[in-house]
Amino acid sequence: MTLDYAGATTKYEPTLGLEVHVELNTKSKMFCGCATEFGAEPNTQTCPVCLGLPGALPVVNAKAIESSILIGLALNCSIAPYSRFARKNYFYPDMPKNFQTSQFDEPICVNGYLDVEIQTDEGQKVFRVEIERVHMEEDTGKSLHVGGATGRIHGAEYSLLDYNRAGIPLVEIVTRIVPGTGKYAPQVARAYVTELRDILRSLGVSDVKMEQGSLRCDANVSLAPIGSGKLGTRSETKNVNSLRSVERAVSGEIERQANRLEAGERIIQETRHFLEESGQTRPGRSKEQAEDYRYFPEPDLVPVTPDAKWIEELGTRIPEKPSVRRKRLQTQWNCPDKEMESLVNAELLDVVEETIKLGAEPTRARTWWLGEISRLANEKEVAPTSLITSKDVAEIIALIVGGDLTDKLARQVVEGVISGEGSASSVIEKRGLKVVSDDSALMTAIEAAIAAQPDTAERIRGGNIPAAGALIGAVMKATGGAADAAKVRELLLKHLGRG
Amino acid sequence: MTTIYSSATEMAQALSKKDISSVELTKLHLDRIEAVDGKVHAFLHVDSQGAIAQATAVDAKRAAGEKLSPLAGVPLALKDILAQKGVPTTAGSKILQDWRPPYDSTVVAKLKAAGVVILGKTNMDEFAMGSSTENSAYGTTQNPWDLTRTPGGSSGGSAAAVAAFQAPLAIGTDTGGSIRQPAALTGIVGVKPTYGGVSRYGVVAYSSSLDQVGPFARTVLDTALLHEAIAGHDERDSTSINAPVPQVVAAAKKLDVKGMKIGVIKELGGTGFQAGVSQRFNEALELLVAGGAQIVEVSCPNFEYALAAYYLIAPSEASSNLARFDSMRYGLRVGDDGSKGAEEVMSITREAGFGKEVKRRIILGTYALSSGYYDAYYGSAQKVRTLVKQDFEKAFAQVDVLVSPVTPTTAFKIGEKSNDPVAMYLSDIATIPVNMAGIGGMSLPVGLAPEDGLPVGMQIMAPVMQDDRFYRVGGALEAALLSKWGKPLLSNIPELGGM
Repeated sequence: MTLDYAGATTKYEPTLGLEVHVELNTKSKMFCGCATEFGAEPNTQTCPVCLGLPGALPVVNAKAIESSILIGLALNCSIAPYSRFARKNYFYPDMPKNFQTSQFDEPICVNGYLDVEIQTDEGQKVFRVEIERVHMEEDTGKSLHVGGATGRIHGAEYSLLDYNRAGIPLVEIVTRIVPGTGKYAPQVARAYVTELRDILRSLGVSDVKMEQGSLRCDANVSLAPIGSGKLGTRSETKNVNSLRSVERAVSGEIERQANRLEAGERIIQETRHFLEESGQTRPGRSKEQAEDYRYFPEPDLVPVTPDAKWIEELGTRIPEKPSVRRKRLQTQWNCPDKEMESLVNAELLDVVEETIKLGAEPTRARTWWLGEISRLANEKEVAPTSLITSKDVAEIIALIVGGDLTDKLARQVVEGVISGEGSASSVIEKRGLKVVSDDSALMTAIEAAIAAQPDTAERIRGGNIPAAGALIGAVMKATGGAADAAKVRELLLKHLGRG
Repeated sequence: MTTIYSSATEMAQALSKKDISSVELTKLHLDRIEAVDGKVHAFLHVDSQGAIAQATAVDAKRAAGEKLSPLAGVPLALKDILAQKGVPTTAGSKILQDWRPPYDSTVVAKLKAAGVVILGKTNMDEFAMGSSTENSAYGTTQNPWDLTRTPGGSSGGSAAAVAAFQAPLAIGTDTGGSIRQPAALTGIVGVKPTYGGVSRYGVVAYSSSLDQVGPFARTVLDTALLHEAIAGHDERDSTSINAPVPQVVAAAKKLDVKGMKIGVIKELGGTGFQAGVSQRFNEALELLVAGGAQIVEVSCPNFEYALAAYYLIAPSEASSNLARFDSMRYGLRVGDDGSKGAEEVMSITREAGFGKEVKRRIILGTYALSSGYYDAYYGSAQKVRTLVKQDFEKAFAQVDVLVSPVTPTTAFKIGEKSNDPVAMYLSDIATIPVNMAGIGGMSLPVGLAPEDGLPVGMQIMAPVMQDDRFYRVGGALEAALLSKWGKPLLSNIPELGGM
C-alpha cells in the first residue's frame, strides 16, 4: 500500500533545508575582468584567470562583495569584519583550476533570518526561516555531454565545454534546518524562495531568473516519525528550476521518502535530480562516501575586511521589504489580488508606481501597463518598460481623463511613442491626434455624412434613432477617430430635429 | 671595451654612450650561449629572433632620442616559470611541453617596458621543486665552476647563465631558497625580495604563499637595478604590497655599514656546515666589523621546525596549484584514443607528465590537507610559520639585518643527493625560514671554500619591505671583498672555451 501526500504527512514530520545559489549581476566576473553577459558565444568571455592558465591569479570583485553584504543585511545577518576564501579541491573538466574558489568556514554573512507568510488551514501564518550563512564563490563552466542517453558524462561520446560561466560570481544562501512546517513544508519552501527572489530583485543584485539558472535552489528534505524528536537522513534535490518546482520537488520527496520508510527501507544520503515532467526525483551521485574537498585558505587572495562605515552606509540602501511594499501598494491603489499578482509577475510594480507618482490615476495606470503596453511588448518579445516611459504613460492618461484623448487615440499615441516618433506630446502634435471638440468642424463632417447618405438621414428624421449609428460611424471615420462619438451623436440628432 | 664579462651597469653605460648597440651586445651573448651552453645547459629555449627584435627596437628608440630606462638594451635570462607571450614556458615539466602562453607575466611586461632584452628561458627543477635542476624534465644544468656539480636550484639555469657570462642578468623565483641557494653555489648575487614586493602574476605557481620572483646578477648594484625594474604593486596580484619600492639602488651605492647592527643567527651555522663555508662566512663578518658594523649573536629557536613545516605547506599548496594540469585546456594530453573518459585521460596524462619529485610532493600535500589530518599537518605547519615569523621579529628588534651562510655546503656533485630527498631538502635549511616569514634575503658571494675551491655565499636578511638594508650591507661587503681580493670572484671561474 502506498502513502499519498496527506498520508505521508500524517505519519511523518518533514524537515527542510534550502540552499539557494544566486548569480550576481556584476558586469565582470568574481576574480577577473571578463564580461558576464548571458547567452554569449561559447568561450568568448574568458581570459587567463577564468581559464585557469598557469600563472594567472584571482582578484576579488569589489562589487560582488558589496552585493553580498547587501544580501546579508537584507536577510538580517551579521556581516563578518574578516572573512576568507578557501579552495575546494576536486577534479572536473568544467572547473578550469580543478578547485573552486569559495568561502568555506569563514563566510561573509552569518546568522540571519527571513520570515515568510503562507495560507494555512488556520489562516495566514508566518514561518521564520533561519539563515546560517551567506557566502561568495565562483561558478563553474558548463558541460554539454553529447551522445549519451541521459545527457550525463557517463556514456557520452564527447563533451563540449563552455567557460563563459566559469568565474561568474555566485552567492550561496544556506538556511539552517527548518523544523515544524509539517504538511506545509512545500509551501514554506516555495514562499521562502519567492520572498528571497523578490528581495534579491529589489536589491538589484541579480537577475534572479530561475529558468536561466541565475537563481538555483537545492532542497534538502528529511523525514522522521511525528513526535520522535529525531532528524532523519536527508536527500538533496537539485535541478529545481522554477518556484512551482520547488514546491513540487519537496512534496514529491516527502512522498517518496515516506513510502521508502513504510517499506522498511532506509533513506540514502544522496543528491537527487528533479524531473520537471513527472514531478519525481531520480538519484544523482551518492554522498555516502563523503567527498574530501581538502579545503584550505586560498593563498592567492587576501582576507575580505569590509570597513564598518561602509557596511553602515550599505545598510541605508536596503529597500523596503518587497512583501511589505506589495501590501502597502495594494491598499493604496485599492487593487484586486489577481491584478496585483499579475503586476508582480510581469515585474511592473516599479513602473506602475512611478506612473502613479507622476499623477496618473491608479486604475488606469495598471490597466495601460498590463493591457495595451504589455500586449505590444509581448508581440515584440521585449520588456514593457523598454517600450515607453512612465512619464509618457502618465501624460497620456492625464489627457484621457481631461477628455483630450479617446482610448482609441491614446492607443495611437502609445504606438507612435513606441515606434520612435518622440514623446507622447510630440506624437500628438505631429499626428494631430487631439479630440476634435470644435463644433463647427464636426458639423462640416456631419453635413458631409448626411449628404452622402440622404436615405439614412431621412429615416432618422422619421424617428428611426438607431439608424444614427451608420452616420456617426461615417463621421468618426472621416475624423480619423479624433472625435468624441457622444458629441457627434448629440450634434447629429439635434441637426436632424431629433435632439 | 664592453664584453660579456662587463657588469650590467657597465653595459648600460656603454649603451647610453652608444659605444655599443643593443643588437651588438645581444649578439655577443647569443654567441656565448651558442659556444658554451652545450656544456652548461642553462637554457631550455633561446629566443634569438625575439631578442634581436627587442634589441633593434631599443636601439631605434635610443637613436630617436627617447628617454630610456637604466637597463634598456641589456640582455637577460628568464626562468622558464614566468609566462612570456608566444614563447615556450614549461616550468621544467613535460606536462607543459610546447605550451606558449597567450599573455605576459607582469614581470615580463615590466622587463619589456624597461627595454630589457630577453634572451631565452632557463632550466629549472620541475615546477621549482628541487635544489639542483636535476628534477628538470629536460636535463640537468651544470655548474660552470665544475661541470660535474650542480648549480643548485630550482633557478639553477638562471644562476649558471649569469655565472657563465651567458647573460649579465637573470630572473629566478624563490620558494624555499631557489634564488639564494643557486646564487651561492655559482658565486653570483641573488635576491629573494620581500613577499609581495614583486608581482607573481604570470608565474606558474608552486606554493602561492611562499613563491617570490627575484633578480640575479654578478654585482650588488646590477642586482639592485634589476630589482627596481621588476618590483612594485600589481593590481593583478592581490598579495602584492601596495607601498613604494624600497630604494635598493641607492642603498647598493652607499658602501657604508658604519653603526649597523648585524645579527648572526646561532642556529644557522656550526655543526652540519662545511668548514670552508663557515671560514669564509666568518672572514666576511670580520670585514663588516672592520667597516664599522657591530656583530650580535641572536637566537631563532623555532627555525629547527621550519624545514618540516615548509614540507607540509609547500606541497599542500602545490597539490592544489598543480591540479589544473589535466590535459583539458592546454599542455600535454596522453591516452586520448577516443575510448577513454575525461577522468581517465586526466589520470594518464598526469602520470606521464609529472616527474617523480612533483608526484612525491602532490601526494604529500594531498595527504596533509585530507580531512582528519589537516589540523595535525597543515594546521601545525601554519603555527610553526607564525613562530618563525615571531623569531624574526624578536631578532630584528635587536639588529638591522641578520646573516647566515646560504647553504651548509658548496656545490654538490650531480647525482650525489638525487636519490636522497631529505639530504636534498637540507640544502635549503638556512633559506627556508625567510620564505616562511615573507621577508627578503640576499645571497652574496664571500669567497671560495679552501677545501674545494667552490663559491660560498652569505645570506643577508632584512625585515618586510626593508630590502634596501641587505643591499646596503651587500654593497659595502662586496666592495670590501673586492679590495681584499683585487679582482672579482668570478674571474677565478674556469674557462669554458668558446670566447
